[in-house]
Order: sequence, then C-alpha cells, then structure tokens
Amino acid sequence: MQSLPPASELIDQLADRLRPAITPATVLVGIHTGGVWVAEALHAALQLTTPLASIDTSFHRDDHHLGNGLKAAGRVSHLPDDVEGAHLILVDDVLYTGRTIRAALNELFDYGRPARVDLAVLVDRGARELPIAATFCAYTLSRPLPASQSFNLARAADGQLSFSLGEK
Amino acid sequence: MNNPQLNSNGELIHLLSLDGLSREIIHGILDRAAPFTAVAEREVKKVPLLRGKSVFNLFFENSTRTRTTFEIAAKRLSADVINLNINTSSAAKGESLLDTVDNLAAMQADMFVVRHASSGAPYLIAQHLAATRRDHIHVVNAGDGRHAHPTQGLLDMFTIRHYKKDFTKLSVAVVGDILHSRVARSQLHALATLGVPDIRLVGPQTLLPTAADRMIEGEATGAPLRVCHKLDDGLRGVDVVMMLRLQNERMQGALLPSPQEYFKSYGLTPEKLALAKPDAIVMHPGPMNRGIEIDSAVADGKQAVILPQVTFGIAVRMAVMSMLAGGGTAQ
Repeated sequence: MQSLPPASELIDQLADRLRPAITPATVLVGIHTGGVWVAEALHAALQLTTPLASIDTSFHRDDHHLGNGLKAAGRVSHLPDDVEGAHLILVDDVLYTGRTIRAALNELFDYGRPARVDLAVLVDRGARELPIAATFCAYTLSRPLPASQSFNLARAADGQLSFSLGEK
Repeated sequence: MNNPQLNSNGELIHLLSLDGLSREIIHGILDRAAPFTAVAEREVKKVPLLRGKSVFNLFFENSTRTRTTFEIAAKRLSADVINLNINTSSAAKGESLLDTVDNLAAMQADMFVVRHASSGAPYLIAQHLAATRRDHIHVVNAGDGRHAHPTQGLLDMFTIRHYKKDFTKLSVAVVGDILHSRVARSQLHALATLGVPDIRLVGPQTLLPTAADRMIEGEATGAPLRVCHKLDDGLRGVDVVMMLRLQNERMQGALLPSPQEYFKSYGLTPEKLALAKPDAIVMHPGPMNRGIEIDSAVADGKQAVILPQVTFGIAVRMAVMSMLAGGGTAQ
C-alpha cells in the first residue's frame, strides 16, 4: 500500500482546501455512509453554521441487477429545504468509479436545482468509469488500486476514522 | 416444503402469501419500505428502480384502493402500468386465466399484480410461469378469494411497527368477519411470525372459522390465538385494534340477524374502545361500513390510524415491487 497519511490529517488538509470556497450559505452534503462521517468532521473543523446534510444514493444506483440491492434499512436523504439555488458541496470518503457521484447528483436533482455543486473527497483511488472529477481532494493515489481490492473509511467505537484496505 | 415465492437462494421472487415467510424476510420488507415513505415528500416523487419495466394490474375482482395504491407505487418506481379490468374484457368473452396471462406475457410484462375471487389464482399463475420457464415475470397477490392479501398484511405490520415499535410485547385484537377475510388471514400469519404474544380473534361464532384458534397452525409454533365471542373480552387492555369489514358480498345464508344487531354487539364505539389501552391504535383495511362495524366517532377519532395505513400502503407496495423486479433482495 502506498504510504497514506492518517485520515485525521487528510481531513485537516481537505478542510484547508475547502475554506476559501465556503460562503455563509454553503451546505456540506455527506454521501452515506463514509461521506457522512467526513462531512461531520469537516463541518466541525470549518465551524460551519449551516446544518449538515446527507444523501443516500440507493434509489439511483445503477447496479441493482448485479445483486447490490437497497442496503441499510431506513437510510434516507436529509437535504436542505431549499436545494433550489443553493451552493452544495458533496462529500465522500473515496472517489473511485464515479458511479456513486452520478447517483448522488441524480438524487440531488430530485429535490431541486442547485446553483452550484462541488465534490470534496479525502482520497481519489483512480480507475474512473465516468467523466467525473473532484473539485477538492486531499490525496490522490499514485497508482489506481486494482478492482479486486476494497478501500473504505471505517469508524471505530471512539469515533476515530481510518482507512481499511482489503480483498473483496 | 417447496415455497414457490422464494428462489433457490431464499430470495423473494413472488409475493403470494405471508404464510411461509420468515420473520427476517418480513422485517426486511418493512425496513425497505421505510425510505420510500419519504419519496412522496420530494420535489420529484419518483425513483428509477423500475424504469423500463411493465407492471400489469390484473383485477378479476373490483377494487379501488388496492388497485390505485399499486398503480401509484409502480408509477413512483418509474414503471409503466397497465390496468386491466378483466370483468369487462377477455374473461367475459370466455378466455381462460392462463391464456390471458400468456397473452400479456407475450406483451413483455415484467410483473403481474393479481386480484381474483378464487383462492389460489396467483399461485396458479406463478406455477404456470415457472413451468414455462418465465421466472423473470413476477407475481404479486393483491387479494385472492378468502385466502390472502399479503400487501395489506404487510402495510398493517408497517403501521403497527411505526406506532408501537416492538411486536413482542403487544396485545392485538382482530375484530369482525374473520371467516370471509383474506385480510385477517394475512394479518394473523404476520402477527404470529413477528412474535406477537397475545392475538385475539373477536367475532360471533357464525363469522369465525371452525377451530378458529388453530387457523394458522403449523406457522409459528403454538401461535397464541385466542377466540373471544364478546367484544369486551377481546378489547380489554389491547394495544392494537384491527377492525375488519363486514363482507356482504361474500356472505351466503343468514349469518347475521341484521347490521343493526351486529353493531350493537360488535361495533367499535368510543365506549368499547375505552376498554383498550389509552394509547391503543385503531386500524381498518377499508372500505369502512360506518355504523355497522365501526362508529364514526372512532373512525374519525384521535386513535384511528386508518388514513396513515393507506399512505404507508404505497411505501410497502413500492418496497415489495422493487424487491421483486428491481433486483434487490431483502437481506
């Protein structure tokens, strides 16, 4: 594994990159589940006053036929009342194929037409399958990880975030 | 026993009855329904899970609420919905049930939602599809004869779970025309499977099946059914009152002296409801016969959750249809 800084360090770096782009009306939208944890940490680090939002992409995933059914019970999107005209920053832990982001954008537009949507991720693992790029990224792996490996953020009981690499 | 509803991986491929579905599968459907309740509150009340699929509503028996909620559920999942009112079409011209099914399958149907006056008709369709290797077409039972109405049973469980959370501490009364009710049969299977410790069947002898306390025997072991012929006994201390409709269209012979007499003995009035727990909820599958099985003061009262049942019914039907044809599974 390429030497990856600890998640807490990456969150601080991402917060630094985001700071100039934040307006008083900017809303962070965490993508379930890892993205929500990152968004919570960024929200605290940036001392934002706008409520934190979250988005669940299950309804718009494109791989239901591959046996990846709707997961986690009762997870729903919690978006601002007025998505119309808002500045939103989608937040995720890992950017990979881009399919989750595509689904998140579709879900978002079911609620309205935002003025601007950015994407902030902790780690870009490469191997994109759609023309999607992050606006803000703390760390890009120098070589894409093979598809056989899973790479996810995990949260320990004490709230500590760390990346875990495994075989699928 | 071979359960035609499940494939070899134990996944739901048809929904024909709640009999034979495990607690895990039932909770899985209810869990899956929860996010769908929020879809109706969005700017765009549609999700693309059944985009490009064709759902045929095959109603061989009249229905407004069930057909409409199935139609809304399928449309909110982005399916194309075709409603067939068979009473006024082919069946009236003498076409057999399976010929009708074959013709619609030839039109690339992906799902049949079937209501039929004969118990077992949806099973017959599912078996026919399996025998002719068309397992990719799913069947949802929307009510067959006196046998089952599984989506009604599921939406009732969703409603109970919404208000009462834990099934394993509840007392539930099912009141009325149990003999003719497919709704009651589906409710009883689900309540027993979900572990409700006190289930009471309340009604006159003439509207209860013989050996009513054993009507779901073989399901959950020692299903705790108790028969009460007095409404007072049935309601005392219960958390949930599930009223049933008096099914005039299914009654043969003189089972009741008169509707007025029935209301006097079994009608749910505010005075009778006071015997239940103060926070008891009152449910009814509709359509209601006001002044026969339920008093208007109860039907429109604070404890009634009859209209939320209808709303939840859409989310539950979306969950079922997306599980069957959207490729997702319960677990």
